[in-house]
Amino acid sequence: MAARLPSMLKDAGLTAFVAAALGVFVVGFRTVDVGRGLTFDYHLVDLAIAVVTIFFGRLGLSLAANGLRWPAMVLGAAMIAAGASPLELPSGFLHWFVALGGVLLVIRGAWPWANDAMSVAARSPAGVVLGRAGAKWSGWLLLAAAVAMPFTPFGDQKTMDLGVLILTYVMLGWGLNIVVGLAGLLDLGYVAFYAVGAYSYALLSTQHGLGFWTVLPLAGMMAAAFGIVLGFPVLRLRGDYLAIVTLGFGEIIRLVILNWFDLTNGPAGIGSIPGPTLFGAVFAETAPAGKQTVSEMLGIPFDGIHRLIFLYYIILLLALITNLFTQRMRRLPVGRAWEALREDETACRALGINPTNTKLTAFAVGAMFAGFAGSFFAAKQRFISPESFVFIESAIILAIVVLGGMGSQIGVVLAAVLLIGLPEWFRDLGNYRMLAFGLAMVLIMVFRPRGLVAHREPSLRLHPANRGDGR
Amino acid sequence: MNAPLGPPLIDVEHLTMRFGGLLAVDDVSFVARPQEITAIIGPNGAGKTTVFNCITGFYKPTIGRLTLRGGDRDYLLERMQGHEIGQRAKVARTFQNIRLFPAMTVLENLMVAQHNKLMHASGWSVFGLLGLRRYRRAEEEGVELARGWLERIALIDDADRPAGELPYGAQRRLEIARAMCTEPRLLCLDEPAAGLNPHESAALNRLLVSIRERDGVGVLLIEHDMSVVMNISDHVIVLDYGRKIAEGPPAEVQSDPAVIRAYLGTDDEAING
Repeated sequence: MAARLPSMLKDAGLTAFVAAALGVFVVGFRTVDVGRGLTFDYHLVDLAIAVVTIFFGRLGLSLAANGLRWPAMVLGAAMIAAGASPLELPSGFLHWFVALGGVLLVIRGAWPWANDAMSVAARSPAGVVLGRAGAKWSGWLLLAAAVAMPFTPFGDQKTMDLGVLILTYVMLGWGLNIVVGLAGLLDLGYVAFYAVGAYSYALLSTQHGLGFWTVLPLAGMMAAAFGIVLGFPVLRLRGDYLAIVTLGFGEIIRLVILNWFDLTNGPAGIGSIPGPTLFGAVFAETAPAGKQTVSEMLGIPFDGIHRLIFLYYIILLLALITNLFTQRMRRLPVGRAWEALREDETACRALGINPTNTKLTAFAVGAMFAGFAGSFFAAKQRFISPESFVFIESAIILAIVVLGGMGSQIGVVLAAVLLIGLPEWFRDLGNYRMLAFGLAMVLIMVFRPRGLVAHREPSLRLHPANRGDGR
Repeated sequence: MNAPLGPPLIDVEHLTMRFGGLLAVDDVSFVARPQEITAIIGPNGAGKTTVFNCITGFYKPTIGRLTLRGGDRDYLLERMQGHEIGQRAKVARTFQNIRLFPAMTVLENLMVAQHNKLMHASGWSVFGLLGLRRYRRAEEEGVELARGWLERIALIDDADRPAGELPYGAQRRLEIARAMCTEPRLLCLDEPAAGLNPHESAALNRLLVSIRERDGVGVLLIEHDMSVVMNISDHVIVLDYGRKIAEGPPAEVQSDPAVIRAYLGTDDEAING
């Protein structure tokens, strides 16, 4: 093993050199405006510390890869100590950088043991039982936690806001999962249907005085109709071509909203959209004429968080409906045809399945759920503008579906928590927030290339006795 | 040549398929009868698969009429859309390179094949979503049909495995069973014995004979494996360079000088074996 040390050192040196060459422009200096012009502000100490950290990090990784786990872990521990020490480093971020590098090294060093222990535990009788129960009950546990959330000590304003946001993306992820995960149609313009739903509710409520619960199904139908109208010409295309055309349609809808000033008020957006009501009662401190507030109806003191809790339960319900509907559809002929279409369109045609109709139903059903989510979004925000429906939203929803594991329901939840929750929790990292986001995505793709939950449960079984797990 | 038996199941008249300057199929006419196995043979590039693709709607023929005689009416296949040929005219096919739904289980593959029947029973998903008895009964019947086929192709124990995990020979059998689950009038098999060992090939012969005898389905077969062609087919059509050069019962075709010439003499063994 010692014979390999020189080559490891050389490798670590090379890595550090590459890091230095790249970092000199990114970290090494920045331009500062001093009034008359720009001058350079040098950060070479930062760079040097980062390069040294990278050198030792790489060395530790090669040590661990060559079976020298203990030295790697000692090196990691030393890095954690250095990061956590009150040593004067030029920036707080460097403390984090060094310490996190150390943590990763320790994990890498201990990984083979942890892996062995986990596979042994999973194969032991208790582990098998636990694993099955976990797979069967994890969904229910998550649901119970979600239902109880507002009444736990975590149910403060900030967490509830985040919960509503995550659940919105969970619902959108489940909706897009029908199109991308089940039917295998790569749709890059999903946010267009979200926008149709949001504007349907905003316009019908502000201009025609219709309530949330009346408009909700209408918005879904409207979005589904748009899905059919857009889908009809484009669904002859396959793969990349379909992706490009849906991307284009997504942009077209946004541009129409942006420019159709008479209808949508253009970039200024639509404001003072009424929120959802509970049996006709509004969530406000004082009710408008002829209406009742919820606190009056229930006889409880007014609190701003009531509205948030109500919104939380609405989106939880909508998301659950999406999930149950999808689960049910998967067991029906149309759902199986979606999956068959994803697997092999030519074979589907030979079996007498109409590919166009099957794709259209997937597209329309997916669009319908985006429409529901959109009208919820409008009711929650009370103000919408084309800004909210840009391409990056489609990309995030697609990332949730792909990272979650195509076609997996529980995977979408995990991915939504990761992709939406983490950036919110990482707000303290400031500018490095998106770096952490990117790192999380890269790690998922490296370690779980088929998504977080790649397991596919058959839609029906001939031998139910062999059934291993729940969903 | 034997006296023609009964009315034809499919009547191919003057079928011509041209790809730009290439004449892939040149004025081919033949008939296939119900409850018969009709084999189409010929050297590579003779146009066999093109004929299949015309019959099953993957190509629109340049010239020609393809009439499938259903129970009560005739279907002009060249005028129908690809999926309608499977749905209405009830022509099923398999592919030279296996096309299963690999991530779906064996049973699910057979259920997808019954799509149109089950779709109707589920009231285009409405009854199915409501969980009505009518749909559940139809689904149970579908599972029973699938179970019957899984027993016939000896895959009953693998029913809940993903189809892509099966060994090659089993995938071939499953593709035939999947085509049969559409309850076709005419089954078109594109080289079903390709890549099978002699043992599997013999099992395939038994399966095809049982499809003819028990299910009464007409089979149209492209095959290079002469042990399959000569043992089980009732009628053989020989294509070469897109033209039909011979036709008749296997024994007769085997000794036809034009056929031997088409196989360039060196391949006599393949014809005689």
